[in-house]
Amino acid sequence: MSIRKRPAYADSMTVRRFLDRSAFLRRLSPALLLPLGGCDWILMNPAGDVALQQRNLILISTALMLLIILPVMAMTVWFAWRYREKAQAKDHDPDWDHSTTLELLIWSAPLLIIIALGAITWTSTHLLDPYRPIERIDHERRVDPAAKRLQVEVVAMDWKWLFIYPELGIATVNEMAAPVDQPIEFKITSSSIMNSFFVPALAGQIYAMPGMQTVLHAVANKPGNFEGFSANYSGAGFSNMRFRFHALDKAGFDQWVAKVKASGASLDRAAYVKLEQPSEKVPPIYFGSVEPHLFHAALNMCVQPGKKCMDAVMMTDARGGAGKESARDTEGLRHDGTIDVGGFHPVEPGRAGEIAQPAGMTPAAEKTPAEQGHQAPHQQDQDGHEGHHGM
Amino acid sequence: MSPHPASENSGIWKLIFGRLDWSAIPIHEPILIGTFIAVAIGGVAVLGLVTKYRLWGMLWRDWFTTVDHKRIGIMYMILGLIMFVRGFADAVMMRLQQAMAFNGSEGYLNAHHYDQIFTAHGVIMIFFVAMPMITGIMNYMVPLQIGARDVSFPFLNNFSFWMTTAGAVIVMMSLFVGEFARTGWLAYPPLSGIAYSPGVGVDYYIWGLQIAGIGTLLSGVNLIATIVKMRAPGMSMMKLPIFVWTSLCANVLIVAAFPVLTAVLALLSLDRYVGTAFFTNDMGGNPMMYVNLIWIWGHPEVYILILPLFGVFSEVTSTFSNKRLFGYSSMVYATVVIAILSYLVWLHHFFTMGSGASVNSFFGITTMVISIPTGAKLFNWLFTMYRGRIRFELPMMWTVAFMLTFVVGGMTGVLLAVPPADFVLHNSLFLIAHFHNVIIGGVLFGLFAAINYWWPKAFGFKLDRKWGVYSFWLWVVGFWFAFMPLYILGLMGVTRRMRVFDDPSLQIWFEIAALGAVMIAAGIACMFIQFGVSIKNRDKLRDTTGDPWNGRTLEWATSSPPPDYNFAFTPVIHDGDAWADMKKRGYQRPTSGFEPIHMPSNTGTGVIIAGLSIAFSVGMIWYMWWLAGLSFVGILAVAIGHTFNYKRDFHIPRDVVERTEGERTRQLAMQG
Repeated sequence: MSIRKRPAYADSMTVRRFLDRSAFLRRLSPALLLPLGGCDWILMNPAGDVALQQRNLILISTALMLLIILPVMAMTVWFAWRYREKAQAKDHDPDWDHSTTLELLIWSAPLLIIIALGAITWTSTHLLDPYRPIERIDHERRVDPAAKRLQVEVVAMDWKWLFIYPELGIATVNEMAAPVDQPIEFKITSSSIMNSFFVPALAGQIYAMPGMQTVLHAVANKPGNFEGFSANYSGAGFSNMRFRFHALDKAGFDQWVAKVKASGASLDRAAYVKLEQPSEKVPPIYFGSVEPHLFHAALNMCVQPGKKCMDAVMMTDARGGAGKESARDTEGLRHDGTIDVGGFHPVEPGRAGEIAQPAGMTPAAEKTPAEQGHQAPHQQDQDGHEGHHGM
Repeated sequence: MSPHPASENSGIWKLIFGRLDWSAIPIHEPILIGTFIAVAIGGVAVLGLVTKYRLWGMLWRDWFTTVDHKRIGIMYMILGLIMFVRGFADAVMMRLQQAMAFNGSEGYLNAHHYDQIFTAHGVIMIFFVAMPMITGIMNYMVPLQIGARDVSFPFLNNFSFWMTTAGAVIVMMSLFVGEFARTGWLAYPPLSGIAYSPGVGVDYYIWGLQIAGIGTLLSGVNLIATIVKMRAPGMSMMKLPIFVWTSLCANVLIVAAFPVLTAVLALLSLDRYVGTAFFTNDMGGNPMMYVNLIWIWGHPEVYILILPLFGVFSEVTSTFSNKRLFGYSSMVYATVVIAILSYLVWLHHFFTMGSGASVNSFFGITTMVISIPTGAKLFNWLFTMYRGRIRFELPMMWTVAFMLTFVVGGMTGVLLAVPPADFVLHNSLFLIAHFHNVIIGGVLFGLFAAINYWWPKAFGFKLDRKWGVYSFWLWVVGFWFAFMPLYILGLMGVTRRMRVFDDPSLQIWFEIAALGAVMIAAGIACMFIQFGVSIKNRDKLRDTTGDPWNGRTLEWATSSPPPDYNFAFTPVIHDGDAWADMKKRGYQRPTSGFEPIHMPSNTGTGVIIAGLSIAFSVGMIWYMWWLAGLSFVGILAVAIGHTFNYKRDFHIPRDVVERTEGERTRQLAMQG
C-alpha cells in the first residue's frame, strides 16, 4: 500500500478554508468546553494539526445536524403536550393522514442537510486521508516541499509498541518522540494480532495488521508528552498496551535521539524474535542500533530464521510459482503459532518487571546505576503527563 | 498445531472425552462457582415444582411441541427475557470493573474472565435477547394482523424456536464448562484463529451462533412466506399494517444476510478444525476478508433488529393518537429504502483499516443517506401525533421516549459516518455510547412498547400501570446516566474493551455510568415486578373486549387471548386500518354458521433435533468425535423419520368452535 496519487477534484481548498474556520472554532471551543471545568477532552483539544481538523469536522457536522435534530426534539415535546387527550385540541382530525407539502418537506429537509454533509465528507475524507502526505503544518504554515518527513516504522506486538527510526538507525519500545512542526510518516504493521495505532492528541488512528502495511501522516504542533495506545482489542494484555508520544523542540529531539543512541542495546533479528513474544506493561526500552530492513522483514513475516518473505513468495508466484514440490515445503511460510499468545499466562499484578527480557532490554528498575543515563525518562513522564496534554 | 501443552490424559479418556478434563470446570473462579450454585438451586427448584404439580405433560403437550404461532411467540419472549438477565449481569460486571480499576487497582476481574464477559455480553444481547424478542413479537402478531390462522410452515416455526434455544443453551454451557470466546463479539481473526485462541471459547461461539442461525434463517423464510401468501382476502400489499411491512423487510434482510454469517463462520471453523488458511496471517490467508464478510451480515443485522420496532412505534403512535398513521405510503417506501441501503454501508465499520479516501467517502455518504428515510419516518410519527388525541398509556410513553432518545443516537451515528471523524472515534466509548443509544433507545424501548401494547392481547389482561411507570422512568433516566458519560469518555480518547486504566481523572465518569447501570437494574426489577403484580391482579386488569386500546388493526378484532384458530371466519379487508374501518362501518360479529377448522398437529421433532444439535455441538467443541458423528446421524435420522409422519393435521370440530365463539359472544354481551 503505497502513497496514492493526489485525487484531482476541484475546490478542495474552499472546503479546507471552511474546515478551517478554526479561528472561529478555536475561540468558540474553550467556551463550549468551559462548563466541564478542568476535564481533559483530548479529542476536543488536540496538539496536532490533523487531529485539530478532525475536531473541527466533528463540531461542524454536529452543528449541521443539530439544525434538524433540535427542531424535531422540540416538536416532539410540543406535539406530545399540545395534543394530549386532556387538552382536547380543537383541530383533532382522526382521518388526517396526508399532506403533499409536508411530505415534500420531511423528505427534502434531511436531504438538504445530507447533501451539505456529504460534500464536506467527500472533500474532508480526501484531505485528511491518512495516506496523503501532510501539506500544511498548521492553518497558517505550509509544508516546505524540500523538507524531509520524519520516517517512523511501527510494529504492534503482544502487547507493546516497537518504533524503528530507519534514518536514525535507532529503535524504541513503548516510547517515541518527534520534533514539533515536522511532518511524520508512519509505516505501520503488526507481528501477530490486529491492533490500531492511535495517538489521540496527534491524529486519527489506523489499524496495525500482520502481513500488511498501513500509513499515517501527521504533525505535532505543541510540545508535550501524550498518550498513545492500541484502539483495537488484541487479547489479554491489551489494556496495558500503551506508549508515550513526546513532541519535543528540535534541540530536545536531538537530545532524545542521542540518549537512545547511547544505549548499547542493538535490535537485530534475534532480539526482535525474543521481543515479539507476549509480555505486558513493558517499560520503555531503547536500542542504539537497528539491523537494516528489519521492518521489511517484520512486514513480510520473515524475521524468524528459515522463514520466506511474503513479497519474495508473491514474486515467485507471479512468475509462475516454485513448482509442485514446493507444495510440501510450507514450513518457511508458517508464521501463526510461532508466537504463543494462546498459551500466554498474564503476570501477577506488580510482577511485571519479572517478565523475561532479552539481554540489554532489562526494564528501568533493574538497570545498574551506570546504565541509568540511557534509560527512558519513564518516571518523570508518569508524574508529568497530566499537566501536559490538558488545556 | 495447537500450542497447548500435551494433555496428561490417557488415550482412552481422550477418545471418549476429547479435550474435556477437570481443568475445564472453573473452580478457581469464585464468581462462577457462586453463579453455578445459584443457577443449580434455582434450576432444581423449578424442576421440582414442575414435577410436584405434575406439569411435565402439560408443558410437553401444550408448549414444547406446539406449532401454534402464539405459543411459540410467547416462548421466544421468555427465552429473550431469561437471556436478557444474563446479558445484563455481564453489563453490570463490566461497569463495576471499569469503575474500580484505577490507581493501580486491577479491579476484581482478571483478563481471562473480563474478556469473556464483554464478548458474551455482545453475543447474548444481539443473538439471544434482541433477535428472539423481535422474532417472538413478529411470530405472535404477524399472522393475527393479516387475518391468518397460523404461519405458513407451523412445524418449521417450532423447529426454528428450538434451534435458537439450542444456540442459547450452548452459549450458556460455556459459563460452567470450559470458557467462552475472548475475542469481542464478532471474533475477528487472527485473534479468533486456532493459533491465537486455541481453547474451546471460540468453538462455543461458532457452534452457538451456527445452530441459532439455522433457527433465525428458517423463521425468516417462514414469515416471508406467511406475509406473501396468507393475507386475508382484500389485503393488498399497500393495505398491510405497517408492522407487517417492517417485519417483511426485516425478514427479507434475515434471509439475505444470515447465510453470509453462516458461511463466514463455516470458513473460520475450517481454519480452526482442518487447518485451512482463509483468515490466517500466513499461508495466503486474509483476516480482513473475515472482517469484510462479517459486516456484510452485521450491518443489515442492525436493521433487522430496528425495522420491526419502527413498525411497533407506528402502530402505537397511530392507536394512541387516535388517528390514522400519517404518510402510510411514505412509511412503506422509507422502510424498503432502508432495507436496500442497509446493504451498501457495511464498510463504515472499518474505515480505519486503510481503504482509500474515495471508498471511505462512498460508504460514509451511503450511511448518511440512510438517515433521510429514517428522518422521514420520525417526521411521520410526529405528524401522526399532530392533530391527534394522545393517550399517554405505557406504550405511548415508550414511543415518545424513543423519539427523543433515538434522534441523539442517530445524530452520533451520522457523525461516525464521516470518515475523518471516525478516525478519532472508531472503537472508542463514543461508539459504544452511540450503538447503545440506538439499540436501547430504539430496539429495547420498542420491545417494551410492544410488550405493554400487546400483553393484553396475549393474556387477556393489561399490565399494571404503576410499576410500568416506575420501570419506564428508571430505564429512561438510567439510560442517560449510563451512556452520556461514555460519550464524554470517548471524546477524552478512551477506547473500548479496556480492563484497567491509567488516568485517574476518568474514574468519576465510569462511576456515573455505573450509577446509571444500577438505575437500569432497578428498572428491570420494576418490570419483573410489573409482570408479577399484573398476573396477581389479573382479574382487576381483565379485558374481555379483545380491544382494550381502541386498536386499528386486525389482531384487536378477535378475543384476548385469541382462540387457537385466531379467527372463526377469515375477515375480508377493505382498508389499511382494517379493524378501525370495520368498527366505523358497524361490523357485526358472526354468531352462527361455524365450520370445522383445519389445523396443524403438534410434533416433538423440533425439540428432539435441537437436543441432538446440542449434543453435536458439544462433540465438535470438545473434540468428542464419536458424539458429533452419532448425533449428526441422529439428526438426519429424525429429520427423515419426520417425513414419514402423516399425522400432521386435524380439524377442530364444529361444536368446539361454536362453544368457543359462544363464550366470546356471552362475554361481549356482558360488556354491554
